[in-house]
Amino acid sequence: MATQNTRTLARLMMAPSVVVLLIWMAVPLAMTLYYSFQNYNLLTPQNVSFAGFFNYQYFYTDPAFFQSIWNTLLLVLGVLAITVIGGTAIALLIDQPIFGQGIVRILVISPFFVMPPVAALIWKNMIMHPGYGVFADIAKFFGVQPIDWFAQYPLFSVIIIVAWQWLPFATLILLTALQSLDSEQREAAEMDGANFFNRFIYLTIPHLSRAVTVVILIQTIFLLGIYAEILVTTNGGPGYASTNLTFLIYRTARLGYDVGGGAAGGIIAVVLANIVAIFLMRAVGKNLDK
Amino acid sequence: MGSITLKNVQKHFGEAKVIPSVDLEIKDGEFVVFVGPSGSGKSTLLRLIAGLEDLTGGTITIDGKDVTDAAPAARGLAMVFQSYALYPHMTVRKNIAFPLKMAKMEQAAIDKKVEAAANVLNLTDYLERRPSQLSGGQRQRVAIGRAIVREPSAFLFDEPLSNLDAALRGTMRLEISDLHNQLKTTMIYVTHDQIEAMTMADKIVVLNRGNIEQVGSPMELYLTPRNLFVAGFIGSPRMNLLTGDYAKAKGATTAGIRPEHLTLSKESGTWKGRVTVAEHLGADTFLHLDVEGIGQMTARASGEFGAHHGDTVYLTPDETRLHRFDDKGLAIKA
Repeated sequence: MATQNTRTLARLMMAPSVVVLLIWMAVPLAMTLYYSFQNYNLLTPQNVSFAGFFNYQYFYTDPAFFQSIWNTLLLVLGVLAITVIGGTAIALLIDQPIFGQGIVRILVISPFFVMPPVAALIWKNMIMHPGYGVFADIAKFFGVQPIDWFAQYPLFSVIIIVAWQWLPFATLILLTALQSLDSEQREAAEMDGANFFNRFIYLTIPHLSRAVTVVILIQTIFLLGIYAEILVTTNGGPGYASTNLTFLIYRTARLGYDVGGGAAGGIIAVVLANIVAIFLMRAVGKNLDK
Repeated sequence: MGSITLKNVQKHFGEAKVIPSVDLEIKDGEFVVFVGPSGSGKSTLLRLIAGLEDLTGGTITIDGKDVTDAAPAARGLAMVFQSYALYPHMTVRKNIAFPLKMAKMEQAAIDKKVEAAANVLNLTDYLERRPSQLSGGQRQRVAIGRAIVREPSAFLFDEPLSNLDAALRGTMRLEISDLHNQLKTTMIYVTHDQIEAMTMADKIVVLNRGNIEQVGSPMELYLTPRNLFVAGFIGSPRMNLLTGDYAKAKGATTAGIRPEHLTLSKESGTWKGRVTVAEHLGADTFLHLDVEGIGQMTARASGEFGAHHGDTVYLTPDETRLHRFDDKGLAIKA
């Protein structure tokens, strides 16, 4: 494709960014690996020594460990389900020509601009609060006992908040995919006798598969590391009900002052992320090659 | 059966009256070509018949049944689109079977029909491929296959050959004509290419700015164009349209003479012209000339005519083939 000359030049020009990225990635990973094998507690910083696999054993035997992994997966799956299904529905709706389309689209996208702790606090104090939240007001209007969201359904509450934040992203990607659907194909299907439902099943969904894959892959990367929303709402509780792996690492490293244990948890999180990535690429990655 | 009648059909897009009013009668089994320049409303008219656009006014009847407000699928028509509009994620087999599947036909019957259609269109070896693995001509045939399995009362073609290269276009033209001879189904074909119109049509409808300029067989349009627009549009190269003294002498505002009705000579003739461009095609020679007292003209000589840029050539019109038009642009009957 390119001549030897331009290939060499291209490599030369790319080299600085590749080197910087490599350092950026490799150094923290190496440091985490190193600390995960050290006894290093910030309460006794003078007693640093080699720990072998003790940190891993310690993290693994944490009573919250398996629940946190389970919660991490539930959080990712729950948010993905809501954003992909909801995003498709909203994208279909705002793809219709309506009055004030531009403003509606900006409003739909706007949750993405709200930073996570702010969004979580608004949901916690203004929407889901059992005393003066919007949901409580609605419940009271119908004469029903208001739900104490963060006490009764802590993980589900976090899922709702995070899904609300990621819905615009999914909507945006799916909307652009919808708009790239060839209108002649839709008309052909219409002439072929396909009603709206059939057109959606046989034409729209296959067309959206690549965009859905992109949404799933990108969101999963970020959803595995959800932390701020949990910190400001449930703080991982009640018990460990809304503690995910990231939050467990935070608890170990920062609340327990245990750098070694936290680092070991970090490495476990990296392994989990890679397992999820391999699984995902097997399941949906082939859609990207089409 | 597939007779289609358009009565006072109108289509406005906001202020723009794309089709002011059209009346048209299409008989069962006819091959009708809508031809006209870009923006003449020919595609819009086809889409109105297909039901892909709503009418602003008027009625459309198919086989005596009013379908003005009927859904596209309910009209029993099949359409072949310019982009072919194949479903990219389905194999050729599934593409062709799609309308039958939507009609809830039994799988065994679907398979049989698809095989039959594939056989007619030479697609049997490609049934398990996807559209992206096919050439342009093959995609075109798949689109036609998807149309014929429905056994529609009429086929609608929307500039189906415009994405193909010249050689393939010639072949597909023959195949579509052949298909029409086999099926004897009504076909409506939209094109801006007058060669397609002349070679394929039983009846040509010439459209200009949403109005029908003339309806007739290819030869009718060639021999007796009703007005200046049709005269200039049908025939290649274009008819020479002369105004001024020569036309006045013939009792017309504009006189038209086709390039093939001019006799070329190097010695003598009615008009004297200088060759600006000579196109030598072997079978024909097209000369673009600067004629004294008249201006630009085009002449066609059968076979090779040895003239080049800058040569002087004499022209003599065959006055029995002269077309005369009045000041409104309408043809003057002889």
